[in-house]
Amino acid sequence: MWRCVMTPYVVLSSILFTIGCVGVLTRRNAIVVFMCVELMLNASNLALVAFSKQNGNLDGQVTAFFVMVVAAAEVVVGLAIIMTIFRTRRSASVDDASLLKY
Amino acid sequence: MATFWVLSPIMVLAALGILFVRKAVHAALLLAIVMIGLAMLYLSLDAPFLAAVQVAVYMGAILMLFLFVLMLVGVDASDSVIETIRGQRALAIIGGLLLGVVLVVGIGQVSLGTTVGLDDANASGNIPALANLLFSDWVFAFEVTSALLITAAVGAMVLAHRERLEPKPTQADLAARRMQDYATSGKHPGNLPTPGVFARHNAVDTPALLPDGTASEASISRVLAARGTVRSAPAMAEDVAEVEKQIGAAPHAGRGASAPATTEEEAPAT
Repeated sequence: MWRCVMTPYVVLSSILFTIGCVGVLTRRNAIVVFMCVELMLNASNLALVAFSKQNGNLDGQVTAFFVMVVAAAEVVVGLAIIMTIFRTRRSASVDDASLLKY
Repeated sequence: MATFWVLSPIMVLAALGILFVRKAVHAALLLAIVMIGLAMLYLSLDAPFLAAVQVAVYMGAILMLFLFVLMLVGVDASDSVIETIRGQRALAIIGGLLLGVVLVVGIGQVSLGTTVGLDDANASGNIPALANLLFSDWVFAFEVTSALLITAAVGAMVLAHRERLEPKPTQADLAARRMQDYATSGKHPGNLPTPGVFARHNAVDTPALLPDGTASEASISRVLAARGTVRSAPAMAEDVAEVEKQIGAAPHAGRGASAPATTEEEAPAT
């Protein structure tokens, strides 16, 4: 049976991870920054699932499942924090939350 | 592999779009494209359970949550382009490009060997196999996850809860404040005027006319005025003429006083 090579999947995963990384560094809107973090998590999930197939072992898929669960919990808390910051400062920009600097 | 080559350009383009779109809603929709693509890739990688979880959790829960928060925060809360750290954007893009090149070239060099494939592991079905692992080797992590989820739910409720610092104003308080405003600033304590009621239009975007024929600004919502969707008085005058034509009424029977705004429009004809 013809088996496909996993390298393209891992390359796609690293490209998506890089894009998410640049997004976190360049975007100013806290929600978009958060979306880019999600993109990075998804990219790592893709690598996990690809390696799972590569090694014929389901542990990678279980790990990806746990990553999804933790991402869901993280999004809930993170968005609640963004909401609270927006409510007190009327801004969702990551540059405005700089009180600790002074 | 065909799935991969079709989906990967779309996913990379959508992900790049997240970097460049101005509005956060568009970024959320592009992220949805990437996530659907990932779900399909999971299917092609023999992970049907993860594909379903990806659609249900990421698309159904996480993206919905993002859109809800965007709605609360304000959809038009677009990015500012002002850099607080000088040269940060350029440095970030250069660093990202370097990281991408290193990762892609490095992974391209590595020979992963023959793919074992999941046919043996998935022999009894993907979900039973995952469940076997989850409830034997990973059972401690699984239980810890439940604690994490409860903590996250409670944390979100604590963070999103707003304590009311002063008692809610009652109707009596509001009435007293209105009369106070009337006494100090002369602001009318009663209702605002209703929108205009005319032959064709009595919608909320139709201003009422004051006795001198001008439109009353207080009779329409401020939001409509800001959007510029308020009907103008000359437009209504045209409608009045049309209605008169339709009902066959005499052209100027008894409306000299009722619609003074139209007189300027009709003046050449009379």
